[in-house]
Amino acid sequence: MTRDVAIVAFGQSEHLRDSSQLSEVEMLMPVLHQVLGQVGLTTDQIDFTCSGSSDYLAGRAFSFTMALDGVGAWPPIAESHVEMDGAWALYEAWVKILTGEAETALVYAYGKSSAGELRDVLTRQLDPYYVAPLWPDSVSLAALQAQSLIDAGLTDERQLADIATRYGAHDDAYAVRPLRRQDCPPISDGAAAVVLAAGDTARGLCPRPAWIRGMDHRIEAHSLGVRDLADSPSTRLAAECAGAFDAPVDTAELHAPFSSQEALLRRVLDLDDSVQVNPSGGALVANPVMATGLIRLGEAAARIHRGQSGRALAHATSGPCLQQNLVAVLEAS
Amino acid sequence: MSREPVAVIGIGQTKHVAARHDVSIAGLVREAAQRALADAELGWRDIDAVVIGKAPDFFEGVMMPELYLADALGAVGKPMLRVHTAGSVGGSTALVAANLVAARVHRTVLTLAFEKQSESNAMWGLSLPIPFQQPLLAGAGGFFAPHVRAYIRRSGAPESVGSLVAYKDRRNALKNPYAHVRDPQITLEKVRSSPMLWDPIRYLETCPSSDGACALVLSDTTGARRAPRPPAWVRGGAMRSEPTMFAGKDYVSPRAGQDCAADVYRQAGIGEPRREIDVVEMYVPFSWYEPMWLENLGFAAEGEGWKLTEGGVTELDGDLPVNPSGGVLSTNPIGASGMIRFAEAALQVRGQAGEHQVDGARLALGHAYGGGSQFFSMWLVGSERPDV
Repeated sequence: MTRDVAIVAFGQSEHLRDSSQLSEVEMLMPVLHQVLGQVGLTTDQIDFTCSGSSDYLAGRAFSFTMALDGVGAWPPIAESHVEMDGAWALYEAWVKILTGEAETALVYAYGKSSAGELRDVLTRQLDPYYVAPLWPDSVSLAALQAQSLIDAGLTDERQLADIATRYGAHDDAYAVRPLRRQDCPPISDGAAAVVLAAGDTARGLCPRPAWIRGMDHRIEAHSLGVRDLADSPSTRLAAECAGAFDAPVDTAELHAPFSSQEALLRRVLDLDDSVQVNPSGGALVANPVMATGLIRLGEAAARIHRGQSGRALAHATSGPCLQQNLVAVLEAS
Repeated sequence: MSREPVAVIGIGQTKHVAARHDVSIAGLVREAAQRALADAELGWRDIDAVVIGKAPDFFEGVMMPELYLADALGAVGKPMLRVHTAGSVGGSTALVAANLVAARVHRTVLTLAFEKQSESNAMWGLSLPIPFQQPLLAGAGGFFAPHVRAYIRRSGAPESVGSLVAYKDRRNALKNPYAHVRDPQITLEKVRSSPMLWDPIRYLETCPSSDGACALVLSDTTGARRAPRPPAWVRGGAMRSEPTMFAGKDYVSPRAGQDCAADVYRQAGIGEPRREIDVVEMYVPFSWYEPMWLENLGFAAEGEGWKLTEGGVTELDGDLPVNPSGGVLSTNPIGASGMIRFAEAALQVRGQAGEHQVDGARLALGHAYGGGSQFFSMWLVGSERPDV
């Protein structure tokens, strides 16, 4: 790997509780125009396009095929799609540029959580034979993880409240003990997009590109019973492989939909009080599922674009209780 | 900076059948993965990353099943990616995995695609009612039949050509121990008298619904040197997409398919595909797509593809064998069907295709498509390592 690749543009929609007046394409198109406009590129100047979304949110098979209309894939484009958070679409696009087959890439993700009952929908991710039939919902599983962190003496409800209220939430009614409503993410509909570029192309498109110095992702076992929920070895390993511990970061954008998960991630990533965590507000203020992780990478890059960060860590997660984690390290130079 | 050459050093498939009641989804994928590892004489610890693909999650009723399959595929503690590009996904998944090796991010990658259609009902999985959107007319056959009729009208092909493809592929399947539909009593007359499903597509000109998985172990030059059996080298690979529907779209010969093939041939230095390529594994879910794709992929001029089929050129002992494995017409675990095409192409150039081996095959094309004839993925594999 000898190629420098950077995030040169980031855009996102306004994230709404309910976007039933908009189709996915209508939600996505302004965001695509926004990022391409930032760097003055048109679709035909993009060498590779990659997206992340989920059919289970949309409630229909091949939901991503309609989103392609928003891209304007004519003449035909080199394109791929992951049924994962858009952070992993960015990973695939980064690898494509590393091969030397592409100089630029457009990455986007979208999710309309409002179309169904998100807590129920996410139960369909679980082991279909032994766990999914019990319909354990995502908030209950996060509460199980929060309780195991408290039991291990790694956090307490006061610290969780400190994290949650920092983002402006003040609703201390319990959702599922020990998690209060302020510890849980909002249900959001939204879309996000970034543009990647290599070397001199990136320098020509952006005065202060956010260079990807390392990126890695790891998965853990699926069964909660065989995992230590008070730890996140996959985050730690991904961060090590991405070079996150080689030098201190000044900013971290963490994909932590629950305050308890932020407490855990801060610990495994060795983030002390000198690091600005989630200056964007993070997943506790906007959680468009499938785009939330990509937004973390985009927000971290945007801080570098604006000169507010020199070295930032971005994290994305997938699956119940942080089963799968991605870490990227971005730098201004 | 040059790409690292990518080699296929292990291939594994399940025996494809209508319903694998004896295994879970995890058991199904693990079976294919273990066979690919055994072929490469590697263990789980030799694998750096796992790339998995499948068609829509509604086909099994599991959202993002790779999360649940991490354990079964030995991915715990490793990177795991999940690709979904509609019917072309099996091919796209292999290409995403190949890029990890080509970019030197990883040395050895396990890639796998599957579908366990018996867990659900694919036709209705494709036909969920969406407000304010055109219905897909209950399954894929209804969508594609008008495009076949357009091809027949445009090319003047005799109506018998479709049945010739089905008769050939079903006979080829008898030489492939992994094929799903195996009818030793198959005759041309039987195909021609089978019920009409979507005019002009008859029952025996249609792909089955299968449970199955296919896995590949991909590695770099060093991995290929250590491999116990001859590798298949990736000589070119590409994906192309275009919108589902728009004014001026040519469903008979989509430009995305032409562009994708041209990109692969350019990478491999192929000037005359018809003369230089020895065998083709193409995605033919309905018989007529063989002549249609022969034209789209540049093996025949526009309107001439059916003449290759009619003249026996695409038979197993013909000049350009197409789908010696029996193809999608004989085996269709949807998400895996593209990867099976890629794997069968690799088997041919490794000389490991057994009874359906094409003598002296040195260059083979694997092809997949999906969506409304809009997503294409292809790779060209060869017995010789590409120049770096």
